[in-house]
Parts: sequence; C-alpha cells; structure tokens
Amino acid sequence: MRQSSKSVHEVTVNGRRRESVVPPNMLLIDYLREELRLTGTKTGCDGGECGACTVLVDGKPMLSCITLVSKVNGKEVETVESLSENGRLSSLQRMFHEKLGTQCGFCTPGVIMASEALLRKNANPSDEEIRKALEGNLCRCTGYVKILESVKAVAEAGAAR
Amino acid sequence: MELLPEFEIRQPKTAEEAVALGAEADARYIGGGTDFVPNLRRGLETPSTVVDLSEVSEMQQIEETENGLKIGASVSLQQLISNELVIKQYALLAQAAETIAGTTHRQSATVGGNLCLDTRCQFYNQSEWWRKSNNYCLKYRGDICHVAPQGDICRAAYSGDLAPAMMVYGAKVELVSAAGKRVIDLKDMYQEDGANYLLLNPGELLVAVIIERLDGYNTEYRKVRVRGGVDFPLVGVAVAAKSNAGKLEDIRIALTGTNSRPVFVEGAEESFGKPVDEETIKALVKLVRVQSKPMRSTFTPGSYRSKVVVNVARRLINQLL
Repeated sequence: MRQSSKSVHEVTVNGRRRESVVPPNMLLIDYLREELRLTGTKTGCDGGECGACTVLVDGKPMLSCITLVSKVNGKEVETVESLSENGRLSSLQRMFHEKLGTQCGFCTPGVIMASEALLRKNANPSDEEIRKALEGNLCRCTGYVKILESVKAVAEAGAAR
Repeated sequence: MELLPEFEIRQPKTAEEAVALGAEADARYIGGGTDFVPNLRRGLETPSTVVDLSEVSEMQQIEETENGLKIGASVSLQQLISNELVIKQYALLAQAAETIAGTTHRQSATVGGNLCLDTRCQFYNQSEWWRKSNNYCLKYRGDICHVAPQGDICRAAYSGDLAPAMMVYGAKVELVSAAGKRVIDLKDMYQEDGANYLLLNPGELLVAVIIERLDGYNTEYRKVRVRGGVDFPLVGVAVAAKSNAGKLEDIRIALTGTNSRPVFVEGAEESFGKPVDEETIKALVKLVRVQSKPMRSTFTPGSYRSKVVVNVARRLINQLL
C-alpha cells in the first residue's frame, strides 16, 4: 500500500480558522464529522446523489461527500451548525420546524444548507426556483410539499437573511 | 462505498505544469470531481497522483472569438449557464448544461469534466463487491462485457450532455501534452469503445473547447431521464436547424446516452436544399435510427431507448423546421 504524505490545510469552518494536517485522500465530510466532530452534516448515499451532505463553500452549495479537503484549502466552509444564533434557530430552521419541512430529519441539514444558499442569492424565490435549487436533495418523508412551503414561508415573512 | 485509495494530490498553476505532472504513470486529472470521486470511492480508479486543475487560471476563462467562443475546460457548469453570451447566443448549450446533474453539482462540475465524462453501465457503476461477485467486466478488470457477451468490445454508454450540444456548434478542442498542442474536432476525440472512449494520448489534457456561433438557426436540447434532477440521460438529443423558403438549409443532430460515444449524426447534408416535408423528415429520422445503438447498459432496455431517441429526434426536427 502506498503511503501518501499529509499536508497542512487552512480552512475556515463556521467562522473559525483552522489549520489541520490531513492526508490527500481525505473527504470534506470525514474532515467535518470525524476531525472536527461537526456531525450535523450527514452522510446519506455517499456518492453525490442525495444531497444530505450539502455544505456551503464560499457561499456556494457543495457536496462534502464527494469533495476532497484539498479542494477547500483557503476557503470558507459553513455547515448547518453555523446557522443558529445564540442557541436560537435561524428563521429558515424555525420555518422547517413550524411548517413540518422536517420529519425524520436526516436530509434536513443538506436541504437547509441548499435553501440557505438559494435565499442568500434570491430572497424571494418562486416555487420553480426553489424546486430547481433543491433538485439534488432527496427526502423520503415529506413528499417535498412541506419543504417547499417552509422555504416559501421564510421568503414571505421577509425574514431571509 | 470503499475507503479512498492512497494517492498524492498536486495543484499546478499552469497547464504546462499540469501536463508535466499528468505525464507521470497512473496520474489522473481532476476537475470538479463530481464523477471522478464517486468512481474513486467505488474502486474504479486507483491513481498514484491526482492532478487537481482548479488552480490553473488559464483554463477558467470564457472568451469571445471572432465567430464564436473559447471556453476553458475548468469553467464550471454554473459559470457556463450564468454567462450572458452563452445565455443569449448559445441557448442550446445553456439548456444542455442546465440539465446536467443537480444545482449543487454544477457549482463544481466542469466543462472539461463533462466532455471527458467516464462512460456508464449498470455492470460498471457498482461497488467493488458487486462487480467482483459478477466477475468484473470488460471495462475494468474483467474479460467479458455483460451487456453484449458475444462481442469483444465494451458497450458502456457515453452520458455527457455537453458533447452533443457542443457538436452542433461545430466544436473543436484544444489538447495539450508534453509533446505540444493540437486542435481537433470534438467528434474526433471519441470512439465507439466504452472502455477506451477517449482518443487522447496518455497524459494529454483538454484545456479548452472552441465553438462557432450559429446565426438564424432554431435550436433545442432535450434530455430524457428517470429522475428529473441529478440523473444521467437515457437519451439526449441536440438539434440545430435552419430552413429558408420551405427548403432545408442546414440541420445538425447530435445524440448522447445511446452509444459509447456522443454521436454526431452523419449524412444529413443529403437532405440540404430539399423541401421541408414528410419525406425529408423521414430521411433525417432514419439517420438517427440507424446511427444510434442503445444497449442494455442501463436499467431500461436498449429497445426502449431506441424508440425514445427516434421519437424525441422526430419531435425536435418537426418543431424546429
């Protein structure tokens, strides 16, 4: 077995700059969950098909289960843990709770991060735009209607950040 | 999924540095990695060095040329579909790019990555234990193609959506290797062999694709797939057509998902100058029927995809002429 050399990566995760020594074959999801113990981000299909592992990299949604840590060197990563403020849910998180956009909850961190990316770009998206932004996120509980309503509710309340 | 194999990552700043690294044995290029990393995880790739192209700035530009565009291979699909020129003048290209994978994939997936997209097959895109229990296959580690066991060629399907779209714009590709640079027609970059679908020399790197503007053409890309987002095409059809006073002037038809290469439908020029009527359309549809060869490489039978590609092509030709 080849032994690959580790190197130092500088990544800002949820506002905190970190210097970590990681092997070149480490995936972002493993870095977040195993090294940093940020287990909010979920591993679903493990192959980029379900969107449960979605995080933001420099504000853009990315699938952490198919992203190598070296790809985010020097960049800013945001996970679902970054959204709450002083222990209070963000308006987007609250709406998912109130409008039943989350049921078993496994896809929720990914869906919320993909929605967050959409709402930052477009504070008042149409149903079609929400569907498009979330096309890569699978949910087996809600049937998607409640997810759509949750994102819509944030936009309607004008509470989008 | 498997653990990732051990490899070194290199992040060159220029295409020249990249090809020097890519010339090493078992080196592989990575663009966005949206297809490559899942393949790594399934044990389908075991590179010693992974050459990450994301810092090669010369491959990230979209430039306007005298009669078209030069698009760097590392341009992301999101950049492509947000580009004003592409939206306004290359509608079919934007349309095709927008159907690729999902919104999240398109942030990182690249033009070059989609053009060089690995061929796909239900006997190949599986976990290591699945493939092993099936004695592997001709594309990787095995000696039989489970799709066509009588044949001696891999029948995995080419599934990139950009290639047919680029082909109707007369695409050429700029390829760089340690031996220098060459420019070839995009359609000459592929061959009908699922295991060796790319006619690139070892270590050769696709750095840019050059397309020509189409003036006065009606264009459309249509993709059929099982899941409305993320999924690969069962078939994809790109058509650009131009007629004048009821006569066919030019038509370009390209297909994906049907063969082990993207197919630029040959022979349409025999209908140029003929009146746009049922007979002409029939002749064009026949070209599609004869040149597309869907096999049992997906969960839908080849016979189904044959019908779909012919019907989609017929609809598009009727609609655009």
